[in-house]
Amino acid sequence: MPGYLLRRILAAIPVMVVVAVFVFLLLRLTPGDPAAVLAGDMATPEQLARIRASLGLDKPVIVQFVSWIGQLLRGDLGTSLISQTPVTTLIAQRIEPTISLALLTLLLSILIAVPLGVLAAWRHGGITDKAVMSFSVLGFSVPVFVIGYILIQIFAIDLKWFPVQGFRSISDGIGPFLQRATLPSLALASIYVALIARMTRASMLEVLGEDYVRTARAKGLRETAVLFRHALRNAAVPIMTVIGTGFALLISGVVVTESVFNVPGIGRLTVDAILARDYPVIQGLILLTSALYVLINLVIDLSYSLLDPRIRY
Amino acid sequence: MSAPILSVRDLVVGIGPDAASPIVLDGVSLDIAAGETLCLVGESGSGKSVTSLAVMGLLPRGALVARSGRVLLEGEDLLAADRRRLRALRASRMAMIFQEPMTALNPVMPVGRQIDEVLRAHTSLTPAERRRRVLSMLEQVHLPDVARVFASYPHQLSGGQRQRIMIAMALILEPKLLIADEPTTALDVTTQKEILRLVHELQEKQGTSVLFITHDMGVVAEIADRVCVMHQGTVVETDTVDAILRAPRKDYTRRLLSAVPSLTPRAPRPVASAEIVLETVELGKVYARRRFLRRAEETVAAEAVSFALRRGRTLGIVGESGSGKSTVARCVMRLVDPTAGAIRVKGRDISSLSRSALQPHRKRIQMVFQDPYRSLNPRVTVGESIAEGPTNYGVPRDAAFARARSLLEIVGLPPDAITRYPHQFSGGQRQRIAIARALAMEPDVLVADEAVSALDVSVQAQVLALLDDIQERLGVSLLFITHDLRVAAQICDDIAVMQKGRIVEYGAASEVLTAPRQAYTRQLLDAAPGRDWDFARFMPREPAAPAAAPVADVAKPSGGH
Repeated sequence: MPGYLLRRILAAIPVMVVVAVFVFLLLRLTPGDPAAVLAGDMATPEQLARIRASLGLDKPVIVQFVSWIGQLLRGDLGTSLISQTPVTTLIAQRIEPTISLALLTLLLSILIAVPLGVLAAWRHGGITDKAVMSFSVLGFSVPVFVIGYILIQIFAIDLKWFPVQGFRSISDGIGPFLQRATLPSLALASIYVALIARMTRASMLEVLGEDYVRTARAKGLRETAVLFRHALRNAAVPIMTVIGTGFALLISGVVVTESVFNVPGIGRLTVDAILARDYPVIQGLILLTSALYVLINLVIDLSYSLLDPRIRY
Repeated sequence: MSAPILSVRDLVVGIGPDAASPIVLDGVSLDIAAGETLCLVGESGSGKSVTSLAVMGLLPRGALVARSGRVLLEGEDLLAADRRRLRALRASRMAMIFQEPMTALNPVMPVGRQIDEVLRAHTSLTPAERRRRVLSMLEQVHLPDVARVFASYPHQLSGGQRQRIMIAMALILEPKLLIADEPTTALDVTTQKEILRLVHELQEKQGTSVLFITHDMGVVAEIADRVCVMHQGTVVETDTVDAILRAPRKDYTRRLLSAVPSLTPRAPRPVASAEIVLETVELGKVYARRRFLRRAEETVAAEAVSFALRRGRTLGIVGESGSGKSTVARCVMRLVDPTAGAIRVKGRDISSLSRSALQPHRKRIQMVFQDPYRSLNPRVTVGESIAEGPTNYGVPRDAAFARARSLLEIVGLPPDAITRYPHQFSGGQRQRIAIARALAMEPDVLVADEAVSALDVSVQAQVLALLDDIQERLGVSLLFITHDLRVAAQICDDIAVMQKGRIVEYGAASEVLTAPRQAYTRQLLDAAPGRDWDFARFMPREPAAPAAAPVADVAKPSGGH
């Protein structure tokens, strides 16, 4: 297993290099002169030249690339054109709300979706099954922001259980954090609950027809033991795959939710940076999300061999 | 007979709870006395597995429903018992082992824990006591190195070991009734013999009654006290094993027994042609698994395999799983590339021909696969399936379809089969279609890889007769791969016995099967269940040739020898 881990980490390097090249070219291949965009319509040629020099755009492309990679390796993602703050600082300020929101969403999704999927598969074709499936169609088809506003209307405005908007860090205590993070997480979770419940149901249906499930029943085990101890773990690999891709998509899905619930996270930072054409920030964010995707993939692959002893690398 | 352990009375099981829908068991009655072995025999669809599942209360929920009758286990009606009561009875009073020990065990849980679960569900023993019980049970089923086996996952054990685990799991609480559903069908003959012996040994020790479900008359002859013959959801007749094998009263039983191929080889056929159509010379196949920064792991699947097949003859390759017989078949087909030796088809070596150079030779050898349910594309009509090969070789579509029609007639299917789809046919009919498809290429050699193993005996007999007939009419040669010595005895002119990738004995079928020279061949013959019976003649077989080793008794004397 350690050998496999090392090989997987080494294999991630080429992926990250390709991403880095793409991010670098992003700035250079964008139509128009970024310096001209930055300087605005009223700039003089001297101002333009100064901006170009400060961005390093006056040097040959190869030299620019090498120095940019050098900066990256030192952990320097550049400086925001708008706020003049280092990009790393900007991201560090915003990452906690996003990550904690994403993790809470994931947790809620799994806790709701997996039992629903198991139940639906167990009562295949029955009323429970149909209800779960209809609910999952709903989860798929209603946009996140609609669900978000509905949740705000019911639980924040009518019932006054939760505040309407905002965010508090976990370091302020778990209570205040949950009070503000629950509604956005639920809104975000709706689509993942739908996705994971469907996958759990399909995977469980397959496994419930297997001989060892019959063996487990022939042993006189309770249905809960048959379902969760024997069937679910065998059904887990495809479910893990969906959870993994779901988590990766979550990072981008967070953008809308953060806007609806006014959470100061990565999502809002991304929107602001794109609208302001703040290239260094955009580049840093792309690198960050790519690295996260690679990491999630690795974790998912490793989880397979923990779930199924037959999978060895 | 004292009060039976299990008594099934007029059991009716139907599809779904709706009284108007079809029934699959129509008034089944049977009794098993204490310590007795009752064999439930019948072909697929006879209802023998449904009967056993109904006893255990394991009928697929909603799909099959017991409608009437009684199932009495030591006098207690199981059909009237609630779920909690049934759960309590399972494993403690009645237990079950299944056909496929690979799929019947949970692949992601160590086997020791799977046995331990039985104790956790039914006893209040401490973890240390439970572990002791499980380890002692593993010893009783004669597994080696029990502590290691306890922590092993199913895929780390052999098929025979897995079935021992299943038996340990079933018998750890010493139930009164053991239901064994084809427990040895997926195993090699030598393993089968050991498992049958083990079941018998534990049965003696614990006084268990055994309901043994099988389609194999050989196994019946070995282990049964009494036999219950089933057909289409009803009991045809029930009697002692001796009465059933020697003097069956019902026509159906007679037909069933008559279809069992004899171990006595058929009379040698005259050699019609000296032309060698297929020959292998020192054929070898080594699988190498390249590993990053490590030495390649090599597996020898076949080594120095040499044989010759003449026009119009049948060569059987027999052996247990992993002996390399299928590897040889695939090499001959060039479905895998051999790593050594030559394959000569009508004198031309095809072992190293490139894909394109191979093309004209492909049609000379055609294959019939084991499972006709999976070897035919379900979305392609029978006609298209048969005509596809010839049209690939440039035969006009009309001509190919005309030929397909005549081939369907040869294999005994109606002409309208051509526009139908595989799912509209039975297993035996599908295998006929597969044979017609292979013949459409007008091959010199037909490779049949376990081509009758998935079929019921009566259908098996028909397909074997068809292959014989085709050989006579078309002069095609047959390379017949099988694990079943009975089938080999009835169809092969010559036999090559394979073990661990090598041919250990090769000669005329009449000699190999009656006077084997190699110890391994003798071992295979000894392990063949019911080797002392000639079922089709309702009598014991004439004594084997003197070369055969003394016959070891597998289970209990079944009478008559």
